[in-house]
Amino acid sequence: MAKITIADLEKIREESRRTLVLREGAGRAKITVHMGTCGIAAGARDIMSAVLKEVEERELSDIIVTNSGCAGLCSKEPMITVELVNFPAPVKYIEMTPGKIKQIFDSHIMKEQIVKEYALAIGSEMTH
Amino acid sequence: MNDISLHILDVSENSIQAGAKNLEIFIVEDTKKDILTLEIFDDGKGMDEEILKKVESPFETSRTTRKVGLGIPFLKEAAESCGGTMVISSAKGKGTKVKATFKYSHIDRKPLGDIAETLVALILRAEKTEILYLHKKNGKEFIFRTRELKRQLGVQNLKKVNLLNSLKEIIKHKISEIQ
Ligand SMILES: Nc1ncnc2c1ncn2[C@@H]1O[C@H](COP(=O)(O)OP(=O)(O)OP(=O)(O)O)[C@@H](O)[C@H]1O
Repeated sequence: MAKITIADLEKIREESRRTLVLREGAGRAKITVHMGTCGIAAGARDIMSAVLKEVEERELSDIIVTNSGCAGLCSKEPMITVELVNFPAPVKYIEMTPGKIKQIFDSHIMKEQIVKEYALAIGSEMTH
Repeated sequence: MNDISLHILDVSENSIQAGAKNLEIFIVEDTKKDILTLEIFDDGKGMDEEILKKVESPFETSRTTRKVGLGIPFLKEAAESCGGTMVISSAKGKGTKVKATFKYSHIDRKPLGDIAETLVALILRAEKTEILYLHKKNGKEFIFRTRELKRQLGVQNLKKVNLLNSLKEIIKHKISEIQ
């Protein structure tokens, strides 16, 4: 039976040494990918992968990545919500693509400048 | 949904949302019998008969943000459109079981898709849910358990970017080996 082997574990351990914690402790920013049915159908899983890739490539250790249910605006999916610690109002971004994710990292995450083009509204998070 | 792995993600999200401590996903690909079977079990809060009936017809959800729950009906449609079936059974306080079958060689059967991506997305979502994944194909099998992986690594949770990215590659590789 195929399963995770000792060699695989070693590889995972090796990777984890340069580990970036996603959820424990305080993060500078929190990114939520909305993954209700409509989000998933519109490509939310690829958006999550793109977010993980950006975090890894930029070696960011202070970003919390998570996912949640539907954001309530199915026609604008896939959507993410970005929250910065120093900037408490969450920003929702609509109709995400991996390319737009990169822009959001360049600007919002790295420079604390909202990418207005893709932002829906600055207001309260709506997850369930 | 383009592939079965996205349906798995969607249906399993409900299990996590329902507070499941354990989520079990089974896939059996039997090309001789020409059947692909998908089963998803959870021990979450479950549903009573009334909710269950509504879940099967697309115009109901216990949520307030939107009145339509589509995850289960979508899976049902995917199964039935390729000569398969979908059954959901549930007991309040006990959990839920979803079973779908697909005619393997049917031209409209969706491909399995990227299971590794789905498992990583579920790990990210699951706060307190342990995941078991068992995939059989014509006698070969691959098994993955988050509980076991955490124990082996000596960690409390798996939500670390590098860890998840390397785990994703390993799972992808293991699944390709049983294909
Ligand atoms: N495994 C489960 N355990 C308990 N309740 C469930 C489960 N699966 C579905 N339900 C109930 O059925 C409802 C409908 O589920 P469905 O997947 O169709 O839509 P949803 O999750 O509400 O929304 P979305 O379409 O955005 O995923 C859920 O809101 C929940 O009340």
